[in-house]
Amino acid sequence: MDINTLRILTTVVSFIVFIGILVWVWRNRNTSDFKEAANLPFEDDQS
Amino acid sequence: MQLTNTQSATYNDGVIRQFSIMAVVWGVVGMLVGCVIAAQLVWPELNLGLPWTSFGRLRPLHTNAVIFAFGGCTLFATSYYVVQRTCQTSLFCGKLASFTFWGWQAVILAAAISLPLGFSQSKEYAELEWPIDILIAVVWVSYAVVFFGTIAKRKVKHIYVANWFFGAFILTVALLHIVNSAAIPVGYMKSYSAYAGVQDAMVQWWYGHNAVGFFLTAGFLGIMYYFVPKQANRPVYSYSLSIVHFWALIFTYMWAGPHHLHYTALPDWTQSLGMAFSLILLAPSWGGMINGMMTMSGAWHKLRSDPILRFMIVSLSFYGMSTFEGPMMAIKTVNSLSHYTDWTVGHVHSGALGWVGLVSMGALYYMVPRLFGQKQMHSMKAIELHFWLATVGIVLYIASLWISGVMEGLMWRAINTDGTLTYTFVESVKAKHPYYIIRLLGGLLYLSGMVIMLWNVIKTATSGKPAIASIPPVAAHA
Repeated sequence: MDINTLRILTTVVSFIVFIGILVWVWRNRNTSDFKEAANLPFEDDQS
Repeated sequence: MQLTNTQSATYNDGVIRQFSIMAVVWGVVGMLVGCVIAAQLVWPELNLGLPWTSFGRLRPLHTNAVIFAFGGCTLFATSYYVVQRTCQTSLFCGKLASFTFWGWQAVILAAAISLPLGFSQSKEYAELEWPIDILIAVVWVSYAVVFFGTIAKRKVKHIYVANWFFGAFILTVALLHIVNSAAIPVGYMKSYSAYAGVQDAMVQWWYGHNAVGFFLTAGFLGIMYYFVPKQANRPVYSYSLSIVHFWALIFTYMWAGPHHLHYTALPDWTQSLGMAFSLILLAPSWGGMINGMMTMSGAWHKLRSDPILRFMIVSLSFYGMSTFEGPMMAIKTVNSLSHYTDWTVGHVHSGALGWVGLVSMGALYYMVPRLFGQKQMHSMKAIELHFWLATVGIVLYIASLWISGVMEGLMWRAINTDGTLTYTFVESVKAKHPYYIIRLLGGLLYLSGMVIMLWNVIKTATSGKPAIASIPPVAAHA
């Protein structure tokens, strides 16, 4: 395969993955997982 | 690991104490060298006529000291602090963590000796010669093992977003350093780059801009995502936004490097690509800034009484400002005015002093008393004073260099009706003189704030004693 085809594919796949991440985040925005994760800094509070 | 099992009841904070103290010490040293070279630009005789104290050798000493010694120690300290507390486990392989401390200090000492002696690979922010580069690579890989090892043995389900930023910073810096430092040694302190011509320039600025993007941005965003919520005592404004922020930054930063090579031998399409991605970067940068700022919503009143929080929030304002200025300067037509002028230096310092410096100081002021078993820093008044000295210092610094940079750029391009240059180069140098004095004054104010911080940290550390923080039981919230 031509190296440029590979480069184009990498770029296009990266872009699709990024859009996929956006969709995944949007669908999960109200789940308890994100809430739990956001509260991690406060889980070890003793003070 | 045997070692980590026996220590698993407490956090491994010894190495964090070491890195925190050294961050402040190197901060004072690096900023002092910065003030010396700023003074040399005003009064060139201050180079003392010696090769070791000439501007060309002290300038890389300054940049290396503030970025890798002050910034680096801060990043080691905060990442070790954050990863343990958000994974609720002690550091993976404490001995290796200890090695990263001593190894990193050895790198800094080697830099402080070799740069004034004139050993340099002549690559900006990558000046250190090949034996030191190898040591950096070894320390950095150890850092990655400790950090990711700690994440792997975490006691909680999720990996907190700050750790994603720290992790990206560690991985990317390893990649950047190893690729850009590839060189052919021809002596024990002399080497030639493995790349030639414009490829060498592109590799250098792929490294250089990502050093800004990952060392000076992603790492410090990790600090922001932990310490701003902690100090404000409320979770980050939007966790979804933080994930989008992270991935958008990762996917775009790598492409922005060519904007350092506008109007050079670099192919035109590469320059335009670098410019386009630099403009896109505004979106994730401001997304992150807004996320940090909005964490304060409903708690803005705390800014009035809490100088540490003020450090963090003003830092975010400078982050927003410099990430607006950066994309603007990456536009080719703007760059044709700004490049090679003081405007660039001013821009870098609004990011470095404003964003990186202030958020580091805020995080260190948060950590130091806790690490030494104190309720708060020895003197809150001194933090307040530090804040104002630093802020006024930054404003003087960047405003003077904006003026002198734009003025210089306009003088260079001014043309008479017959096509000859209106000004000679030396006239533009002469015109900058008063602004260099103001810049030095700004730098001195910023340095004096740092000296006060050093005093405050020493007082806090000596009046307390190393605190042993136990890891809370995990099951409670699972």
